[in-house]
Amino acid sequence: MKPLGPCESVPTAQMRQEVCDSLQALISRHRGRIGALLPTLQDAQRILGHIPLEMQQVIAAELKLSGSQVFGAMSFYSMLAWQPRGQYIIRVCGSPCCHLNGAAALLELLQEELGVPLGGTTADRLFTLETSACLGACEVSPAMQVNEVVYGRLTPGRVREVLSDYRAGQGPDYRDLPYSTCDFREFRRAPGESLLLENVGLIDPLNLEDYLKRGGYTALEKALTSMTPEAVIEEVKLSGLRGRGGAGFPTGLKWSFTRPLPASPKYVVCNADEGEPGTVKDRYLMEGDPHKVLEGLIIAAYAVGAAHGFIYCRGEYYLSRHRLQHAIDQARERGFLGKRLLGTDFSCTVELRSGAGSYVCGEETALIESLEGKRGFPRLKPPFPGVVGVQGQPTVVNNVETLANLPAIINRGGAWYREIGTPDTPGAKIFQVMGQVRTPQVLEAPTGMTLGDLIQVYGGGVRPGRTLKMIQTGGASGSLVTRAALKTPLDFGSLEAAGGALGSGTMLVMDDSTCVVDFLRCVAAFFAHESCGQCTPCREGAAWILEVFTRLSRGEGREGDLDFLLRLADTLKDASLCPLGQSAPVPLLSAIKHFRPEIEAHLKDKTCPAGVCRFD
Amino acid sequence: MSAPRMTINGVPVEFSPGQTILEAAQSAGVSIPTLCHYPDTRPTGACRVCVVELEGARSLVPACATYSAPGQVVHTDTERVDAARRMVLELMLASGNHNCLICEAGGDCELQALAYRYQIDPPAFGKPPGTTYYYEDNNSMIIRDFSRCIQCARCVKACTDRQVNLAIAVGYRGAETTIVAAGDQPYIDSECVFCGECVQACPTGALLDKHARFLGRVWERQKVRSTCPYCGVGCQIDLQVKEGRIIQVTGADAVPNRGRLCVKGRFGWHFVHHPERLKTPLIKENGSLRKADWEEALNLVATRFAELKDREGPDKIGGWCSARITNEENYLMQKFMRAVLGTNHVDHCARL
Repeated sequence: MKPLGPCESVPTAQMRQEVCDSLQALISRHRGRIGALLPTLQDAQRILGHIPLEMQQVIAAELKLSGSQVFGAMSFYSMLAWQPRGQYIIRVCGSPCCHLNGAAALLELLQEELGVPLGGTTADRLFTLETSACLGACEVSPAMQVNEVVYGRLTPGRVREVLSDYRAGQGPDYRDLPYSTCDFREFRRAPGESLLLENVGLIDPLNLEDYLKRGGYTALEKALTSMTPEAVIEEVKLSGLRGRGGAGFPTGLKWSFTRPLPASPKYVVCNADEGEPGTVKDRYLMEGDPHKVLEGLIIAAYAVGAAHGFIYCRGEYYLSRHRLQHAIDQARERGFLGKRLLGTDFSCTVELRSGAGSYVCGEETALIESLEGKRGFPRLKPPFPGVVGVQGQPTVVNNVETLANLPAIINRGGAWYREIGTPDTPGAKIFQVMGQVRTPQVLEAPTGMTLGDLIQVYGGGVRPGRTLKMIQTGGASGSLVTRAALKTPLDFGSLEAAGGALGSGTMLVMDDSTCVVDFLRCVAAFFAHESCGQCTPCREGAAWILEVFTRLSRGEGREGDLDFLLRLADTLKDASLCPLGQSAPVPLLSAIKHFRPEIEAHLKDKTCPAGVCRFD
Repeated sequence: MSAPRMTINGVPVEFSPGQTILEAAQSAGVSIPTLCHYPDTRPTGACRVCVVELEGARSLVPACATYSAPGQVVHTDTERVDAARRMVLELMLASGNHNCLICEAGGDCELQALAYRYQIDPPAFGKPPGTTYYYEDNNSMIIRDFSRCIQCARCVKACTDRQVNLAIAVGYRGAETTIVAAGDQPYIDSECVFCGECVQACPTGALLDKHARFLGRVWERQKVRSTCPYCGVGCQIDLQVKEGRIIQVTGADAVPNRGRLCVKGRFGWHFVHHPERLKTPLIKENGSLRKADWEEALNLVATRFAELKDREGPDKIGGWCSARITNEENYLMQKFMRAVLGTNHVDHCARL
């Protein structure tokens, strides 16, 4: 929820000298960097809490951009504001997972407690109330974020407590917290060796020595001193590692397209924009073991011949960024980054960038546009980023978890890695079981564990007195499956064959208290909010899907609504520009397949079999 | 070496490397509808009206932004393509208040033409009656009526890629996507220089030439090619004429301007029919002006020049050339000053 409309200018008194000075100082820090606009806006917002017209004009002039470029970019991102806000921004998560666990009631409670509508600022200018499409705190849903700090497992009592803490000036400093949501070691662990999360919760993420003691940076040393880049690529190809962002593209193959290109410079990008609802895995890696991610990124840079890497981390993950930046600084001091690493000819620098509230920026070409300081508009493919990426140069984009697999693969060999898990998706995978289960959690296991085991053994099954109704597989754009799919092994191929998707490895479990129409309305709201607006089918279509589900959930469905939805869904799938639009109708199509009678009950009988929708 | 070949609608077609599917189809006489496509700008493939079926591709691809490749098999007119185009058009029609009755673009609107071509009824879905849209009418040249905007962003391409003014951009996102000037302020308070290129680029009636509004429909106009009188560039213009009077000026797609015009060429033509316009030479006698014909006026000037030259010498006379006349006329001017009047005192306004 962000205020729309023209920028207000601030009285000149507010643009006083020290404001102008700090603005100029931060601009000179960013000037000349690739995509300087976005980091400049993010820093500028800290000065007054928003970026009024006068600031935009200064930024435009200093960065040699036009005012429309500045506003066009900033108005794309939901975490940038140009109208005054309160000292504390409360962002209530409205993701499907939080919605299932009572987010709507919390939002009502907050409006009542604060005495402001959604988007409003309290009279004392202490709080502004906003919603977020997904905070990435699904394992502790329902959740909210107050400035940098996440509060999960919220109850009305807890919400009041948090508010009174802030009113008393006792909000914590996020940098002092041990983790942003919960202790990984609280979760039930899968048997067997852990390759990805083995250090999380056991080492001090701010202490490089801890990582070194556990074998940190030995893979980098091995790669740099005893392997050619081509040999590294071959090893990763041999491992069968498939990208863990959601699409499952073979990592070694992706690299092999970029390596031989004669272009210079090349870039590697760590995609840490984890925005897929239900997905929190990358955060555990970044918060708990940031050097592992960094080591993976440097290995990737060496393999493809890039001297510069970016980590693009989503805006909401403040603690992850704090620890990653710390890790980058430490690695530079110890010679794991910089010139002539470990005495070899290979040099590499890494720069941390922050997203600003946009799901589509997790799509690799939108991410690159955002890195360049522009709106997160996905690019047309081909050309693929491996050939034409950041500033037109070959760029390899890999997900955090993908990179975290590399140290183990280099140290112990691709052949060894390939034996783990299933032949379709070899290796270790971080799974997330979310929603209406007793113990939502994150765990690492070899691929091939069944969906049923994930839900029963690790999620603890559905809550007492409830029965399992459906599972949304792989994220917000994944299909719904039913009990019939519980025996499916969790890997890319098996889930696809079962009508689902592995996606980011998250499974959103819903019990019989959930109404499929209410759930789809929430998913539709997510896509309507996150559509970039570039192509017609997704920009207009996603909003119409939301409109129809809103109608259905109020008992105002019209004859022809289902046919209209099916036509819309076909057009989005077939004619949208990017994967977001193409996959946005997937949940609704699978719902129509499995739950058509329930949807028709809303439409024809104006009843909600689950008793969720209110028709008054 | 023979040209590479592809197949469009079952027919083998030759294409030149670098051509898009749209261009290859056009060369082969196959018509593919477009809306966001705009010449001399980077293709965005955003409106999705030009989608076609490309064998081997999972989803439909935009013909305007997909490059032709040898062996490609393309279908431009299948049921699948037709269904997508129809839905896209319906979504555009439902996105605003596309009431053609008094729309300035009526008969000249690309959305209307496509709705006609695909026989699209007014969509059964639409925004509730009374929905309001941004409307801007606070400058003397351009009206912005977002009830008719389909977000094709041709105006942005025209401003960015053709004129390089960068005064407007795509702003906000999702269904709230809107074209914005700096700070989402009106044109008049922004970096806009009112070249009107956006108005010319708009395929619907969302951006209007304020002066031309309600003066004549497209079928009532005659287009008369002319050259802009303002400077020596010689931009080609189309005078839109109704009943012998100019009602609008648009940029003609010809060298040197390829459709582009500046604020003067596009909006500064009202002197043509202005009541105070000078139509004959005037001679001042006893402090007041009287009409004269050209022969009398030129004779008078020639006589006075000759007198001055004899009495004061040629260097007491100076000549000032203009950027509003052609190179040839400027050449003649300096020749006249040097060879006829005998002075080197000749200069040009463009030198300052």
